[in-house]
Amino acid sequence: MKTLSPTRQAFNYTALAVITVFMLLPFVWVFFGSFKTQGEFLANPGAWFPETFQIDNYIQLFRDRGFGDYMMNSFIVSSVAIAGNVVFSAMAGYALAKLRFRGKNVVFPLVIASMIVPYVALFVPQFVIVVQMGLVDSLIAIILPVLTLPLCVFIMRQFAHGVPYELMEAARLDGAGEARIFFRVFLPLTGPGLATVAILSFLTSWNNFLWPLVVAQSQDTYTAPVGLSVASQASNSISFGLLLAGAMVVLLPILILFLFLQKYFIQGVAATGLK
Amino acid sequence: MTTTTSATRTVVTPGAPARRPRGVRKAHEGSRAEATTAWLFLAPFLLIFLLFTGIPAVLAIGASLTDMSARDIRDPLNVNFTGFDGFAAIIGNPGFQSAFLNTVLFVVLCVPISMGLGLALALMLNNGIRRLKTFFRAAAYIPVITNIVAAAVIWQYAFSITGPVNSVLGSLGLPEPNWLGESGWAITTVVAMGVWRTTGTCMILFLAGLQAVPEEIYEAAATDGAGPWRRLWSITLPLLRPTTLLVTVLQTVSFLNIFEEPYLLTKGGPLGSTKSIALWVYEQFGFGNVSASMAGSVLLLVLVGVVAIVQFRILRPKH
Repeated sequence: MKTLSPTRQAFNYTALAVITVFMLLPFVWVFFGSFKTQGEFLANPGAWFPETFQIDNYIQLFRDRGFGDYMMNSFIVSSVAIAGNVVFSAMAGYALAKLRFRGKNVVFPLVIASMIVPYVALFVPQFVIVVQMGLVDSLIAIILPVLTLPLCVFIMRQFAHGVPYELMEAARLDGAGEARIFFRVFLPLTGPGLATVAILSFLTSWNNFLWPLVVAQSQDTYTAPVGLSVASQASNSISFGLLLAGAMVVLLPILILFLFLQKYFIQGVAATGLK
Repeated sequence: MTTTTSATRTVVTPGAPARRPRGVRKAHEGSRAEATTAWLFLAPFLLIFLLFTGIPAVLAIGASLTDMSARDIRDPLNVNFTGFDGFAAIIGNPGFQSAFLNTVLFVVLCVPISMGLGLALALMLNNGIRRLKTFFRAAAYIPVITNIVAAAVIWQYAFSITGPVNSVLGSLGLPEPNWLGESGWAITTVVAMGVWRTTGTCMILFLAGLQAVPEEIYEAAATDGAGPWRRLWSITLPLLRPTTLLVTVLQTVSFLNIFEEPYLLTKGGPLGSTKSIALWVYEQFGFGNVSASMAGSVLLLVLVGVVAIVQFRILRPKH
């Protein structure tokens, strides 16, 4: 490691601190803003901090605005999406990396190519398909498109390449079937990959917005982001305090997970770079 | 992946039909049982992939060549084929033209700014400081994973005319702009939010690229008397070229598709000044102009594809 002059370090720390402040300011605004009362927003809309910490906004959000149900929908969607992606992308990644079959060289490039298709080109046909299936305005319709994401398959294929063939062959010689090899040999060796996939599919499904907005047509199926967006469209009749409290509630699960599992979040992005 | 094809090529004799000898085939393609297992393992993914990506992509192209409207969604095959009329119509449509120009403006502003900031962060974090690296990295990364609807609510509050940003500007005696209600400022705010949301991604990718640059090269250059700027320009940037290419393509594609920021912050306004192609496409769907919406999205797909290919050609490492 080469030496760093104190001036250069001081400059770097200052620059990093300034950028960090700008990056984190929105979180300061949302946290403190969510405790400002309706009266404070009218009297002094530009104040950064509340006069006292009132939780009225949060109470109203859950009691009068149905946010409890929206959050529950979001949790259901994300849980199913995580389970689906972990299981199905592990299976697909295993097949693409470790098994030999005709057609493999067609499937994989197709999956990669599909990742650059703009989503706005897909949501209308997806809607047509969901209408034909009779699933409009259901949680199933919200979940299906994110149930097994191409990016997760791609990540699991990368991790699967790291599992040595010798172990699988040894198990095969011991008389283990394909299913047994997958569960007993392959899965235990791809833990970090599965964790990355779990985080990535949580983020994608929790933050998914355009599709649930199109397909959820009643309050029973609103996810939290859709509920928040619909409320903010009616922002003449709703105070910023409520919306900021809603934003806090939508953000909290992500921030809590990030605090504990930062490594896997970052691995997920690094993986998108491997494309 | 290419082993199968290259192995095949070597055993093909001129004039003979390209047929793999049995032994070779067995070694490279595996048994029939293995193939069955593979397709079974792929089945759940392939089913969802075909239903929600493959078929929709084909349908989008198909629908763009028809006069499909909202009424036809329940009976999508009962439409008239109109060829490229829909494309001709939207290319001549002033609303689409302005959405196209706005999108180009977003790309031209957001891509260099986010990449420049991301690279600067990565360089400083890689070997510019000793402590707090994880903290700074996390801080720059949090906006990336933030929920966009929540973020937009926060930005709308912060940048409202009487909001927290203007209250600070006012107390400093600076002008208090109408951030979201005036064209120039609205574009600035949307760009700022786009940069805020994607700088962390660029940083992580550049950090990964920098970790592949061997430390010894710098030491050798330093002993040769090369200063920090010289080292950055002559060593780091050339060696980072593949990463830069990748980040440029990813960022350009992502800003060509920009939708949520303008939709949630400004609804594309004022006067359509922040309306992107994706937002135009979404609006046409809302108006029931399904075929126009699909033609717009197919044009966007072509644009994304062409830009990605051109960038790969230009920025590809030279041999």
